[in-house]
Amino acid sequence: MYIIIVGAGKVGYHLGGLLMAQGHEVMLIEENRSKVDTLSLEFHESIMLGDGSAVEVLKEAGANRADVIVAATGNDEDNLVICQVAKLVFLRPRTIARVNNPRNEELFAGLGVDASVSATKIINAMIQEQVKAGDMMIPLLTLKAGNVEIVEVELSRSSHIVKKKIKDLALPPGSIFIAVFRGEEVIIPYGETEFQPEDKVIALVKRTSEQALREML
Amino acid sequence: MRVVIIGCGRVGSVLANRLDEADHQVVVLDRNQHAFRRLSEKFKGERIVGNGLVEEYVRPLLQEKTDILFVMTDKDNINLMIAQRAKRNVQVDRVIAEVHDSILAGLYKELGVETVCPTDLVVRDLLQVIGER
Repeated sequence: MYIIIVGAGKVGYHLGGLLMAQGHEVMLIEENRSKVDTLSLEFHESIMLGDGSAVEVLKEAGANRADVIVAATGNDEDNLVICQVAKLVFLRPRTIARVNNPRNEELFAGLGVDASVSATKIINAMIQEQVKAGDMMIPLLTLKAGNVEIVEVELSRSSHIVKKKIKDLALPPGSIFIAVFRGEEVIIPYGETEFQPEDKVIALVKRTSEQALREML
Repeated sequence: MRVVIIGCGRVGSVLANRLDEADHQVVVLDRNQHAFRRLSEKFKGERIVGNGLVEEYVRPLLQEKTDILFVMTDKDNINLMIAQRAKRNVQVDRVIAEVHDSILAGLYKELGVETVCPTDLVVRDLLQVIGER
């Protein structure tokens, strides 16, 4: 495939390198001369200087035979115009825009951009997923060759145990809460202790009960 | 008429002054407070500081029925994005974007965006001045 990438920042640069390594033909368009000079050591004929939203620059880059045009600059307005110009003027490129502000994603779709990619949104979704899975449980200390662990968990607002007292919880067998850090305060928990959001809870847990504890939090 | 102008630069500010003198209701948005120095002392309209690319700044200005939105920042791509977003707002009757690049201005007309190209206007004037039309 022939792929034109506009913007040789971190995203464009790495994408270009990866695609070339996979055997694709790539052209990077970058408007910063010193960046082009530096990167031409690596990209040789596959990088050119110019404003990628200008028709004549895209034409020179061979946009008419491009399969895909990726607008990967750090400015959403530039990425939008690059994709729209590519669609209007050239024959058949699929256009993909990097969306820096996730709120623009919907606008882009309505304005004829084929696909948009928002790093913020992807990273956010991954973090949410991790939090949901309880993977924010940080191992502090492993004892008995990994059979017992001391772990730390920061309680999110949506945690099941927030606003509940320890005596009302069905704590998995093989686990016990040993300390709660609430701001500057250190609480040694007992039955009446009630959890609050943002509490940092330290627990001692057997490896076999780890998953059950994770699910409870 | 109620008119909103985004970008209080050389063109936007003069346009704002003229429309205000003609007793239209004028609102000017610019991300730089200092840009409002270009407005006349007699300017009676609203001056609002904010980034026109950020919807949160623009939406409140367009909540009221607006006859014309002029998008006049110095960056073509910014103007085109703001204009296309505003065109989806039912409160806005007409959107006009300043686009310096002659080719871009023509292309977006095809897409239904009303553009004004200062480059084309200057060239037209120059040709007229030298009798070339």
